[in-house]
Amino acid sequence: MNTLATTLSDSVVITKRNLIKVRRVPDLIVFATLSPIMFVVLFRYVFGGAIGGLPPGISYAEFLLPGIFAQTVVFGSTITGASLADDLQKGLIDRFRSLPMSRSAVLVGRTVADAGLNVISIAVMALTGLVVGWRINSSLGEALAGFLVLLVFAYAISWLMAVVGLLVRTPEVVNNASFIVIFPLTFIANTFVPLETFPSVLRVFAEWNPVSTVTLASRELFGNVPPGTPVPDVWSLQNPVLYTLVWTAVILAVFVPLSVRLYQRTATR
Amino acid sequence: MSDAIVVEGLVKRFGATTALDGVHLTVAEGSVLGLLGPNGAGKTTVVRILTTLLRADAGRVRVAGLDVVEDADAVRASIGLTGQYAAVDEYLTGLENLEMVGRLYRLGKREARARAGELLERFDLTGAADRPAKTYSGGMRRRLDIAASLIARPRILFLDEPTTGLDPRSRLGMWEFIADLADGGTTILLTTQYLEEADRLADRMVVIDRGRVIARGTADDLKAQVGGQRLEFTVTTAAVLPDVLERLRGMAVDEPQVDEQARRLSLPVSGGAEILAEALQRLDGFTPDILDVGLRRPDLDDVFLALTGHAAEETAGDDDRPAQPAATGGMA
Repeated sequence: MNTLATTLSDSVVITKRNLIKVRRVPDLIVFATLSPIMFVVLFRYVFGGAIGGLPPGISYAEFLLPGIFAQTVVFGSTITGASLADDLQKGLIDRFRSLPMSRSAVLVGRTVADAGLNVISIAVMALTGLVVGWRINSSLGEALAGFLVLLVFAYAISWLMAVVGLLVRTPEVVNNASFIVIFPLTFIANTFVPLETFPSVLRVFAEWNPVSTVTLASRELFGNVPPGTPVPDVWSLQNPVLYTLVWTAVILAVFVPLSVRLYQRTATR
Repeated sequence: MSDAIVVEGLVKRFGATTALDGVHLTVAEGSVLGLLGPNGAGKTTVVRILTTLLRADAGRVRVAGLDVVEDADAVRASIGLTGQYAAVDEYLTGLENLEMVGRLYRLGKREARARAGELLERFDLTGAADRPAKTYSGGMRRRLDIAASLIARPRILFLDEPTTGLDPRSRLGMWEFIADLADGGTTILLTTQYLEEADRLADRMVVIDRGRVIARGTADDLKAQVGGQRLEFTVTTAAVLPDVLERLRGMAVDEPQVDEQARRLSLPVSGGAEILAEALQRLDGFTPDILDVGLRRPDLDDVFLALTGHAAEETAGDDDRPAQPAATGGMA
């Protein structure tokens, strides 16, 4: 068999293995979806009335949902790191590395399974969103593209987290460390509030933060940006889809080879 | 017979620590090699290098005739590894675990399933086949782990401390499985801290301590190195020891050892059971004072103590110990 075919078939085996766990441990799905539901409801009803400066002609629910989608899928990707650290601790990576299998299949299978989890989270959040007043005001194709941008960006973050997991090696530490980095990253952005009120340094950071652009990209694709909204004078926010995809490509180009390299050298201690 | 494993001049450093310092060993096709040593001696490092998980800093390793660095993938296809941790996915059932590993060894779907069924049967796991491995006992997990490493019928099997942490009954069961595999012609490299285990399973042994081979040979070779057999007596009171010794005069082939505190007498002798009969005859009349009599051959614990100056189960962490004038590596 050639390399691509073996990588694919091994990755399918590993993806299946990871998804079986999701089925056997339903708490995983419950908690992966419960917190986004909580966020949707809390922000919509607790902050919704107080948050001002929204573009005219849009409800907070419509502004909010793409932001919550972005935050949730980025957080969802951190599972990749914690799960790999767990496999490493339990000696499973040693076993996989002693098998005549593809060198990247464990990582591909992991990230694909985690992308699958993200699809489920987004579906649950979208339904919750529809209940609290979120609407898609675009075509089906555009809406699907909106979901796709979110998932593709999150998939790249998964590979970044794979590197973290293989370096840090303890699932709990991976979780805490990624929380400290990802929480600010998803808050210093246009996810929950418009950028206009940010102090200048934070505002520049937020404008170039890919979490902002992935949020804006999906907002535009869902039709949650009313026509006539002034376009900010920043390239990243003028071309959110392109800017997000460039980030995605760069992250993948750096972290896919890096994590495969790390995987080949790592072993349980 | 050709060698299934050839290791030459293996060196591995971790930072400033030298984990392996020039290890040589060979394992003949179809035989069982026991790699013995205390914790931290370097046993696991050897296994990791031989199974392609770790790269050596110097030296050459051929497994199944293949170089472990150049032909790593081909090596992986002909070996099975059971590490120190039972590396099973606890959320998969026993059957799913085996099928997964079988698929990754490139068995077809049907073949992987059939092999998994066979191995579950052989390792007494059929009843638990459809339960997640999370619910298994330690012994069951270990059996599942070994079953996984056997799924593609590897010619060479590496077992890294296969019975550590098992209760005595599970350990006996595991020994039977390993002995069966060896009888079936599988080449096995087994690491252990338990001398009894090596004595029972291994054809030949290599003893390492602090990254160096300090002895090698069959169990009998090693025992012969420490000395022959001894007659041992334990008596009720130390007061009778001189009299006992007097009666046995002339039987010892070397200096007898008297331990008054333990009320024990140890006499190096040569000969078989007849020497025990003779001793008992000479001791006629003392029998009520004698608690225990035995003709003892040295066991591997004695060997280890003699070679390294410390017991096998002791941790080798204390590096400030003076260097032992131990035998060098080139004996075999």
